[in-house]
Amino acid sequence: MCGICGILKLDSTHADPHQLDRMIAPLRHRGPDASGIHVAGVAGLAHARLSIIDLQGGAQPMSTTDARLWITFNGEIFNFVELREELVRKGHCFATRSDTEVILHAYREYGEDCVNHFNGQWAFAIWDTTRQKMFLSRDRLGVRPLFYTRTRDSFLFSSEIKALLICPKVTAEIDLHGLDQIFTFWSTLPPRTVFKDIFQLPPGSSMVVESGNIRVWKYWSLEYAPVEEHGQLDEGRLAEELLSLLSEATRIRLRSDVPVGAYLSGGIDSTVTTALVKKLAGDRLRSFSVSFEDAEFDESSYQQEASSFIGTQHTNVCCSYADIARVFPQVIWHTEQPILRTAPAPMFLLSNLVRESGFKVVLTGEGADEMLGGYDIFKEAKIRRFWGRNLESTWRPLLLKRLYPYMENIQRQSPVYLKSFFRVTPDDLVSPFFSHLPRWELTAKLKVFFSDDVRSQILPGEAFAAIERALPEGYLTWSTFNQAEYLESAHLLPGYILSSQGDRMAMAHSVEGRYPFLDYRVVEFAAKLPPNLKMKVLDQKHLLKLASNGLIPASIRQRPKQPYRAPDGKSFFTWAMPEYVNELLSSRVLQQNGIFDASAVSALVNKFKAGRANGVKDNMALIGILSTQIVIDHFINQSKGPQDASNFEHSSCH
Amino acid sequence: MQATSNTAAVTDDIRQFVIENFLFGKGENLQNGESLLDRGVIDSTGVLELIQYIEDRYGIKVEDEEAIPQNLDGVNNVASYVCKKLNHVV
Repeated sequence: MCGICGILKLDSTHADPHQLDRMIAPLRHRGPDASGIHVAGVAGLAHARLSIIDLQGGAQPMSTTDARLWITFNGEIFNFVELREELVRKGHCFATRSDTEVILHAYREYGEDCVNHFNGQWAFAIWDTTRQKMFLSRDRLGVRPLFYTRTRDSFLFSSEIKALLICPKVTAEIDLHGLDQIFTFWSTLPPRTVFKDIFQLPPGSSMVVESGNIRVWKYWSLEYAPVEEHGQLDEGRLAEELLSLLSEATRIRLRSDVPVGAYLSGGIDSTVTTALVKKLAGDRLRSFSVSFEDAEFDESSYQQEASSFIGTQHTNVCCSYADIARVFPQVIWHTEQPILRTAPAPMFLLSNLVRESGFKVVLTGEGADEMLGGYDIFKEAKIRRFWGRNLESTWRPLLLKRLYPYMENIQRQSPVYLKSFFRVTPDDLVSPFFSHLPRWELTAKLKVFFSDDVRSQILPGEAFAAIERALPEGYLTWSTFNQAEYLESAHLLPGYILSSQGDRMAMAHSVEGRYPFLDYRVVEFAAKLPPNLKMKVLDQKHLLKLASNGLIPASIRQRPKQPYRAPDGKSFFTWAMPEYVNELLSSRVLQQNGIFDASAVSALVNKFKAGRANGVKDNMALIGILSTQIVIDHFINQSKGPQDASNFEHSSCH
Repeated sequence: MQATSNTAAVTDDIRQFVIENFLFGKGENLQNGESLLDRGVIDSTGVLELIQYIEDRYGIKVEDEEAIPQNLDGVNNVASYVCKKLNHVV
């Protein structure tokens, strides 16, 4: 795991090694073990290394022995052992044991199609000196980030946006359309980012920059079976197949020359991955988790139970309201985009714990909810559609209460109001976004806080039109359940879960996350499953529960789904408001930045101060506004860098 | 604060609360007769906030069966419901 960046000059001048030095410097958290730069005429590559595989021989940028191909690579190719054998049989000679060198030889053998042979999580750039061509690629699901921009005379790329913004010819400006998308979908739609003219290579895509032209294409996309292809299948056999695929996915994710740990949240997914690691790697497995001071969010009893059952040495970091408020500016320094929930902040504390415990690699359960029918939004859509078949029914909406047992405000509603909040109209029933309309429409209401100037530059419905244009061919032939899974997997997963909550929080403390559920073989298997095996009636992750029978404690298999959440607005108001919050939400700074309406934000802040802001919408608004103000402060106004992350004091649970 | 059962005053008060609390001051276009649900002003937490407000402000108790849109959806409906409660009509 590492940080990468590079330059390709488009005006035939030489790439500047000093500029590469400056670009790689802010990425050192991604790779503190070593760094390297290679400049060859118009092209320059830089690398900050976190040594995990072939500690001695894996230095980068790396070249083939004839020095014709150079690479800078972030990530892992987990099947590099098998690929290497295959390439040796074809006559390739290797100088190292690293997966990096395997990419170079695979590129030489298979050209741009080499990525189809990889099973892993990657972002890399290969400079082909013979063809004077830069080839870049990003893994199928978007685990690893890759950003790029183009100036008058250069093409620039990097693992994180901050390395691009350091270049004098790159200006940091908020992309209002990107902001509009975040305040609708929680993330931007690739290639857009929240910064104008800075793009991300979409997941499952490769690109070539050659003779001044940029070509981007998708080499892989998530495809579900059309409705009519779902037959009746033997669920016992499929559960076995799922477990076997997950074991294999875990096995190759244990390839590492440093010890591997596991995140253990107390839910089914990470308990399954931890149990598989234990089975495959044997004794002395270390597991890590975050617990919460506030019992509403805390799952530590389940974490302890899972740890005892599996037999791990478990370590926990407790997160308080004050912790979230304290680390939030650093969190946003790493997310590099506004967020609507504080949930990444505890993950930031967790990766710090892992790093301090001497670990660089953890396996986690991300991806199971998206691929195997775990999220409440799928269940909600199923109930709303069931109700939509008889809109006059008085009892069908009551099923909605079963959806959110942990949300008091839903439990206390009368049937009439429930019907209004989860309203289903005939138009909704035929929308391709049926499952996501309530979430997106609720989130879009936060735009009431945008300033008049910003609102005048965003067309109503623009974000919805953009996501509709991005729908893949065949989408309408999929079951509505799979459509919902697609929307989560193609957008929220890479745009928020794997980035703001995943890569960015782990890499902030030089920790690499590995995700067995996101092995493409597991993903493709899951995409072909009939939806009723993923969610049987209203039983979420039904097949995974079957597959994990005996592997994990029954209480964890049977517990109701508890989505991972953290305290939001309350973190900033339970005691004295941190000074930076006061400053960034002041009318003066709000007006200066121009994105939000200062008086509306002031009314929101007053509502929080009075203890009256308890709803999802108010909380998302506060976090969205505050994080946007921090993004502007860090990356545009540059009044100060992130606070020093090294001085954390860990609070302890009482 | 002393509650008042003057309908016009209650209407103004409810309107102020809705504008400040749910529209964050941006309520110039709010019609007193329009549905807060249809306009998307109020969500599941909002209904509870509204109930809490009128209970605290006017010293009334909103019974579960009274928590229905006819009573709570729209400034005029809320004001009229509050006045009826104050006058013990409901």
